Amino acid sequence: MDRSLNLLDLALGFDEQLSDPSPLSGKVVLIEDCVETSGSFVLHQLMKRVLSPHSSDSLIFLAFARPFSHYDRILRKLGCNLATQKTNNRLVFVDMLMMKCSDGEETKDDVSAVAKLFREIQGTVRKLRSVTNSNITVMVDDMSLLEIAATNSNSDHVLDFLHYCHTLTSESNCSLVILNHEDIYSSMERPAFLLQMVCLADVVIKAEPLASGLANDVHGQLTVVNKGISRNSGKGSSRNKLQNFQFRIKENGIEYFYPGCRS
Amino acid sequence: MADSIFRKLRDGGEEGELAPALTIEETVASPFALDVSCYLLANLSSSILAGKSKSEGLVLITFSRSPSFYLHFLKQQGILVSSSSKWIRVLDCYTDPLGWIGQPSTGLLSLIKMQKGVSDFKRLFSSVIEAGREMVGDGKTRFSVVIDSVNELLRHSSMPLVSSLLTDLRSHAQVSSLFWSLNTDLHQEKVTNALEYISTMKANLEPLCPSSEGKMNALENLFLVHQDFGRGWFHVRFKLRKGRVRVMSEEYHVDQIGINFSPISSAESVIAATKSLLPKVHFNLQLSEKERVEKEKVILPFEHQDHEKSTEIYDGRRNLADGKTEATPLSSGELQTDAVSSGKGGEIIYFRDSDDEHPDSDEDPDDDLDI
Repeated sequence: MDRSLNLLDLALGFDEQLSDPSPLSGKVVLIEDCVETSGSFVLHQLMKRVLSPHSSDSLIFLAFARPFSHYDRILRKLGCNLATQKTNNRLVFVDMLMMKCSDGEETKDDVSAVAKLFREIQGTVRKLRSVTNSNITVMVDDMSLLEIAATNSNSDHVLDFLHYCHTLTSESNCSLVILNHEDIYSSMERPAFLLQMVCLADVVIKAEPLASGLANDVHGQLTVVNKGISRNSGKGSSRNKLQNFQFRIKENGIEYFYPGCRS
Repeated sequence: MADSIFRKLRDGGEEGELAPALTIEETVASPFALDVSCYLLANLSSSILAGKSKSEGLVLITFSRSPSFYLHFLKQQGILVSSSSKWIRVLDCYTDPLGWIGQPSTGLLSLIKMQKGVSDFKRLFSSVIEAGREMVGDGKTRFSVVIDSVNELLRHSSMPLVSSLLTDLRSHAQVSSLFWSLNTDLHQEKVTNALEYISTMKANLEPLCPSSEGKMNALENLFLVHQDFGRGWFHVRFKLRKGRVRVMSEEYHVDQIGINFSPISSAESVIAATKSLLPKVHFNLQLSEKERVEKEKVILPFEHQDHEKSTEIYDGRRNLADGKTEATPLSSGELQTDAVSSGKGGEIIYFRDSDDEHPDSDEDPDDDLDI
């Protein structure tokens, strides 16, 4: 595992003493971003952390937004080879772009399509659980596209899907990492879908542009709320903490710093 | 005050009356209804076990967390639950509410019952009663019902159906008390109000910095609370039997162990009241209690600082003490003339600076003012 911890790692509860090697197990992490500031880099960083050679954690990745080659290219820059991890059975990449195309002709109602997807994930989790005892992370990139892909009428089925994914966190102690776009819902008076997700999440990471406008050397700010209402909250020292820091996206990594503390 | 809620729930209602019911309301910015539920659950469980409660059993209906979460929590509180426990039954509406999984995973305790098809309220109601009767029998012994969250119920069904289910539970002769939690940001005000009506008590968790802006910003509120996340006000409204309504407030603080309640100190409540009225500025307009005390200690340079003598303010009259000391010089004319001749009695010595300066007179210096 990468020994040099950045501010995001610390905010998520990773610490140098490794008193808790997987602070996110059994938790739901919600990454919220907007058009001005994409939060996908957080997802990439968490991917890298899960697949790091020092751990044996595995990852189930539901890609609605981008094809495999995109993630492969980015993660390679961060020093992680996705193709190798795939053959090692540590990464299960579910390309939803392809799946959606394939059963587009079939006339199925939305509920069963989402239920089918969940059963597939559950099957994969159980299969992975039988071979390994380490933590399993399920990542969704991104939830708003699942809403578009799976339902045309209402978001209830996606919320049901989320609920079932939440049962995985308690049943199999998985982590669930979700990317979602906030500004899609900004015109709604009561964005129930978004609020439901925030309620469900234990950790909310919000990526937004600087309040003072765009800057050359600061690309945005992250706010991390660690609600930590989970059964392993007892030992987590980061419970009920809200942290705010800025970041700069570099070619092969991210630099995090507190406002005004950039050296 | 959290204690008084607990006592009401423990004691239950009189015979032939509706069971007391509590709504715990949380928001996105203060998501601690679960902590309050757990607090009440632990207290109710221990009082049932100790035989201090009027109810002899507890039916827990779980929607937002798995049954194992609650059993683990109770274990942490020193309340051990095993398959043979006669006082608790859990209805699991969390694991498979819609029947997607089909095959339940093994290893469930016999006291946990899986409930599918949660939108079928008639079945849900009968399984709650059935689970209760399993514990306490058909007689007059009563049991409490705990619903961890009605958000999921409201999502799967409509408000009238949910409130009728809750009312049915309340009016059942064997139910001694009932509580549920609700996230007010997720539902329309109508729904919140309706559920408040059918409950006898309402507990509201309010974050420390309430914002007066609309509900739209529920999400932004979460990011506004900053260091105060995990702290706030706990308002409780009791509807008493005679129709009187009593509102009480307390402060809550959530930490690693759970939720703590403490009485509000009056100074803090004043600050909180003013806080919300002031515009948001980047500098501090208020003084903290400590700052105020320190400010009061500062002695201003023009203040009278001689602590041994009392402060005397000249009000145009002579006071008695002055009259005595000045009476002697006035009576002897010698002393007065002496002072004048020596020049110490007070005289003005004035030198003209130059000839340019006109002697002080009423003359118009510029000849243009027409005096």
